[in-house]
Amino acid sequence: MANRGALMKVVEDAYKRPADKVPQFEIGDYVEVHQKILEGQKERIQVFAGTVIARRGSGLSETFTVRRIVQGEGVERTFPVHSPRIAKVVVKRHGRVRRAKLYYLRDRVGKATKLRERQETGAKASAETDNKSADNSAS
Amino acid sequence: MAIGLLGRKIGMTQVYDATGVAIPVTVLEVGPCTVLQVREPDRDGYEAVQLGFDDKPRKRATRAERGHVAVLESKRRRALLAAGITPPPKANCEPKRFIKEFRLEPGSVVKQNGHSVVRLANKLELKVGDNLTVSLFEGVPAVDVVGWTKGRGFTGVMKRWNFSGLGASHGVKRHHRAPGSLSGHATDRGNSGRMKKGKRMAGRYGNERVTIRNLAVVRVDPEHNLLVVKGAVPGPNNGYIIVRPTNKRKHVAHKYEVD
Repeated sequence: MANRGALMKVVEDAYKRPADKVPQFEIGDYVEVHQKILEGQKERIQVFAGTVIARRGSGLSETFTVRRIVQGEGVERTFPVHSPRIAKVVVKRHGRVRRAKLYYLRDRVGKATKLRERQETGAKASAETDNKSADNSAS
Repeated sequence: MAIGLLGRKIGMTQVYDATGVAIPVTVLEVGPCTVLQVREPDRDGYEAVQLGFDDKPRKRATRAERGHVAVLESKRRRALLAAGITPPPKANCEPKRFIKEFRLEPGSVVKQNGHSVVRLANKLELKVGDNLTVSLFEGVPAVDVVGWTKGRGFTGVMKRWNFSGLGASHGVKRHHRAPGSLSGHATDRGNSGRMKKGKRMAGRYGNERVTIRNLAVVRVDPEHNLLVVKGAVPGPNNGYIIVRPTNKRKHVAHKYEVD
């Protein structure tokens, strides 16, 4: 008798996206979520752009929440990470954030909702620069 | 009645169907189940198969439990043999933790070379010692699942019967979760000085046998003995369950597939 977690994984893995197809983004990123919409027989892509403010859950049930302002009104949509209806997630900009849940953005209006962009020399160098700046401030 | 299988609840999760809709599912580990006994009309007065699931360490099992599944030397057995009576066959397996019987249609048990053999509708033949796996449910659109709900102990009427309780304010003092009046003087049996029988009150709640019928089969995985059904199943994770093809005539026909 195998253990419970292992059996659960067997079922979930069959429905998960392959590791290289899991959308890659971070909290605070400004993203475009491309979602497949079925209209009758036709399939089309709908794009929802905004800031990723939360990511919760684990395994197949993992979801992320994207917030944007439409006509002065805050709109949030939550997408399952592994949903086959998510065609792709395009990261447009990295935001500089210091927490995992950006619910404080809900209380902000206008210019205050903008996140400072993360300064990077290159996409891959991001981790190094982060470390360096930390070292500098320490010394 | 169709034969079912024994198993345990693994837990709940969600999966996506071919159109990308998330379905809530429960993962069940079902089988392998060993046929421990065949109940036959001559000896037992009815026809059934007794299945066992989940091994129990031998040192944890009583001698009766061990003797139920395998041949043990005993005075009684020697006496039977001496009298020329063949004792019923044994499954010759490990003692089981969870044992249940499934009743069969009359005429299902037949004798073959002195052994009782069960003939099922799908041409399947079973005898003591055989193993049944979850592949029994391949092609079955929906199942009924029997489980034992989580025991909640002694609970009040709000949790047990969904009573509304009393107000939080407006002068209510220390009776916020109370049931209120049990009976009026003029209603039910109120004016007899007694209450109506079956009045819903506080008491033991949970730990009862519950059958959930007509759960759609989402996936059968014989390799891992897994059965994935749509919807919830009574009992805690790791709790024992009984699964059988649904006896609802109008069962859910939908079959989900991995896309």
